[in-house]
Amino acid sequence: MTAPATAPPAFEGENLRRSYQADGVAVEALRGVDLCIESGEFVAIIGPSGSGKSTLMHLLGCLDRPTSGTLRVGGVDVATLSEAGLAELRNETIGFVFQSFHLLPRTSALDNVALPLVYRGVGAAERRTRARAALTAVGLGHRLTHRPAQMSGGEQQRVAIARALVGDPKVVLADEPTGNLDTRNGAEVMDILAGLNADQGVAVVLVTHEPEVAARASRRIHVRDGRIEQDAR
Amino acid sequence: MRAREAFLMATEALRVNRLRSALTMFGVIVGVLAVVVLVAIGTGAKDAVESEIAGLGSNIILVVPGQIGVGALPTQSRLGLADAAHVRRAVGDPSRVTVSVASGETMRVGRNEAFVTITGTDENIPNIFDRPLAKGRHLSETDVDTRRRVAVLGSEVASRLFGDIDPIGRQATISGARFRVVGVYETVGATFGVARDQEVHIPVTTAQRLLGLSRINGIAIGATGPDEIEPLRRRVVAALEERHPGERFSAVTQTQLLGTIGSVLGMLTGVLTAIAGISLLVGGVGVSNIMLVSVRERTREIGLRKALGARQRDVLTQFLIEAVLLTTIGGVLGILVGVGGSLLIDAVTPVPATITLWSVLLAFGVSVAVGVFFGVAPARRAARLDPVAALRAE
Repeated sequence: MTAPATAPPAFEGENLRRSYQADGVAVEALRGVDLCIESGEFVAIIGPSGSGKSTLMHLLGCLDRPTSGTLRVGGVDVATLSEAGLAELRNETIGFVFQSFHLLPRTSALDNVALPLVYRGVGAAERRTRARAALTAVGLGHRLTHRPAQMSGGEQQRVAIARALVGDPKVVLADEPTGNLDTRNGAEVMDILAGLNADQGVAVVLVTHEPEVAARASRRIHVRDGRIEQDAR
Repeated sequence: MRAREAFLMATEALRVNRLRSALTMFGVIVGVLAVVVLVAIGTGAKDAVESEIAGLGSNIILVVPGQIGVGALPTQSRLGLADAAHVRRAVGDPSRVTVSVASGETMRVGRNEAFVTITGTDENIPNIFDRPLAKGRHLSETDVDTRRRVAVLGSEVASRLFGDIDPIGRQATISGARFRVVGVYETVGATFGVARDQEVHIPVTTAQRLLGLSRINGIAIGATGPDEIEPLRRRVVAALEERHPGERFSAVTQTQLLGTIGSVLGMLTGVLTAIAGISLLVGGVGVSNIMLVSVRERTREIGLRKALGARQRDVLTQFLIEAVLLTTIGGVLGILVGVGGSLLIDAVTPVPATITLWSVLLAFGVSVAVGVFFGVAPARRAARLDPVAALRAE
């Protein structure tokens, strides 16, 4: 499924730069990145560690702001947004999947999945209904009341994907989603992400250093030394 | 995020760390408990003293030489019976004026002895003070005029020296002099630590001779009504100062006594409450400390919540509610234990304790305020965490 031509790009970055102060020395993690990711794309960002791919990911996820350059997420310039506006943008347009799952340990799968809806002000009954639907969609309809420790790594990552999906985001950002999983579970997670992209038109941007994972994407952006080295479709 | 969600998150966080939450609350519990109990004791003491003063009788004016005030030095008495006669003329009604001179002595009956307060006074005692008789009679004018060796005993003196025997008409010895008991007072309790049931009243003339004195300690006057107190007081002081030029005399009323004692006890209660407040402060610092630890421990969780759309305000609210919940639960427990403790103290010890609504409300309000005050810094720290760094935290 392709998004209508009128929809703004999911991400549009112009000359993105990000530098950090580390022990008084400025470290440039991104040195001028231009990129455009259309809605509904399936993109892998590839690069060695220290290449700046994680920094790029954080900028796209609105967890961080560029030092200079312009970033538009769903057509909105993030520089114009307040802290609260940025949080709202994260909540409504982006779903995160992390390498280490980041589930709340003492909380059931259902409540973990429902968490983004809490910050959207959705009532408890509706949260549960939607969280149950999202868990069923990733094949965990039978694990609603389990806590993270009672589930396998693959199951935990599927809970995390359900959490990313529950708010109907425009984009799912996945940071090394298979990094902590064995091959079989990793493939399963990739199947879910690919299916999500193909069936629901949700853009998927994943950061990985594994070529076979990157191969599942329709577009691969290679990052090195804070710049885009290669952009292959 | 709705307030209810924030509340549920906070209760969940406290429930997860039960022992830690309980220990943190302990500091607040002790602080609030101390405030409630000390205020109760202060209030109880004040009530007790006020009822003692009221129990003396009504509309009494006490005249003593010198000036009365907190910190004033005691003055050698220059008052004598002639002054009392002068005051009687100034008052206009001799029966509303009485005198006293007192000394601690040992009284003996056979082998029994008791250390008593011998008070030389006159027949006007019952006109001015609330001093009902259990049996016998009061001192009479003739007793005073003819310097009789008669005595009216406080209830405790009577039971100590005579036991079950009726003391009326029997003999007792003070400093080798024999006295005949003519009356026994009813039990009245203590006033300002003066055990009035251990008093023995004898005619003032007899007392002066027995003690080798010509002075008296003070003069007491009974006004006919509250409106007469102030003019009468001024008249009596003026009369005495006219008689003894250059000297000062003081006439204190019950209202003045109540005011003075009330302010002294109020100050005492204030100091005690301040000390209790310090322990509450320490409890608050404990809450702050634990909240900082909690924020550090849950850095990843905070990062995650932010990634999922929590605003700074949402995180701030969550941690602030947690801190306020800690101190409020601690405060309520402290109030419950404090009220229980105060009632127990009042019931089983001689220390009076009175629970007042304002002290309970104040303690509750302060424990909420302590939570806000000491919760703000940790909650702000949590709210301002950088989500990227927080997600990476170990």
